[in-house]
Amino acid sequence: MALSAEQGGRLAHLLSQHADRLTNRWTEIVASSLRGRLSRAELARQVQELHRALVDAGRQGVSDLADEHGGELRAVLSELSTNRARQGFSATETAISVFACKDALLELMEEEKGDDTLRDFVAFSALVDQMGLFTFETFVRARESLIADQAEQLLELSTPVVKLWEGVVAVPLVGTLDSARAQVVMERLLQTLVDTGSPYAIIDITGVPAVDTQVAQHILKTVVAARLMGADCIISGIRPQIAQTIVALGIEFGDIATKASLADALRHVLRLTGVETTARRPRRES
Amino acid sequence: MERVPILKIGDILLVSIQVDMSDQTAIQLQEDLAERIVATSCHGVIIDITALDIVDSFVGRMLSTIASISKVLDAETVVVGMRPAVAITLVELGLSLNGIRTALNVERGMELIAASRADEPDEGADDEDTETTATA
Repeated sequence: MALSAEQGGRLAHLLSQHADRLTNRWTEIVASSLRGRLSRAELARQVQELHRALVDAGRQGVSDLADEHGGELRAVLSELSTNRARQGFSATETAISVFACKDALLELMEEEKGDDTLRDFVAFSALVDQMGLFTFETFVRARESLIADQAEQLLELSTPVVKLWEGVVAVPLVGTLDSARAQVVMERLLQTLVDTGSPYAIIDITGVPAVDTQVAQHILKTVVAARLMGADCIISGIRPQIAQTIVALGIEFGDIATKASLADALRHVLRLTGVETTARRPRRES
Repeated sequence: MERVPILKIGDILLVSIQVDMSDQTAIQLQEDLAERIVATSCHGVIIDITALDIVDSFVGRMLSTIASISKVLDAETVVVGMRPAVAITLVELGLSLNGIRTALNVERGMELIAASRADEPDEGADDEDTETTATA
């Protein structure tokens, strides 16, 4: 049941007439739900802003939140819920900030009973429900953009390709490998192979918490691609736990060299390239 | 029709593919290469695909065929200069170019061929050389 222009006017009148009482009660309800995680003054300011927007909307005869007069109200709501989302409040806590308005108003309306009180309240309630839904949607959008930002940052800080020796590069993988990250790793490694002309690459998975078939698939693809380009890959940093998982899952690394530690892998490559490392005998004090 | 030039450097034939490969060009290249291997009695073929943006299943098969032909004529084939994007595409397509040796660039390719020739003891001229270095 939509809010008619007449009802809107009456409500706006009611809201503005008891402005202080209403906002105080409203703030109180919201404050109890947030358990002191937002300062009282901050909360009161938000509620007053919302109240003012609501009064304006009522005066202009907003029947539906989506129509043109609801613009300001929408802006206030979206700012509120975006802030809440960024501050880490839950969706319920955010929605209560809007729905509390109903409770506060109901108390008011009960005191001055008129003929149309019930009808007015139901219509008003529909509007508040719309506001609540809108808040929720904005909240989810804000959270999603937050997650997207973080995922992007994660992608950026991942996977440096480091040069270990002349002709040997290494990729220390840290964190879970999903398709997007694996793609970035693969491209960066292959590009580095071309740029540096290194015929050997070591993929170190010490920092990968778990290896499932998908992760193994990504690593294998990288190795095969490197091979196609004429470079050899060695996989190192396989922890005992991961070795067990790999065998249990039946993952075959074929003829790809695997080493327990990065040091072993480097030693292996150096032997292949014919570099000899010998410990120099410590000079004796005479 | 475009033809792919075949250059002879020492004991190696160098093929640098700079044009888009059509069926006709590929077949012509296979014929030319077979003739040149026999005529020059070279023991190594390097195919440089640095300039190729796309390697599809057709070009992949061509490379395999050339490798097989060279093998029959006792020449080693090395494909060099594959771009990262090309390698990724091939892997995604599931084409692993079996039986083809690869190297990062022409220089490495030549080293690879030289190394594999040195491993074979029954090669006339440097026979004694390789053996002495092997035992030393």
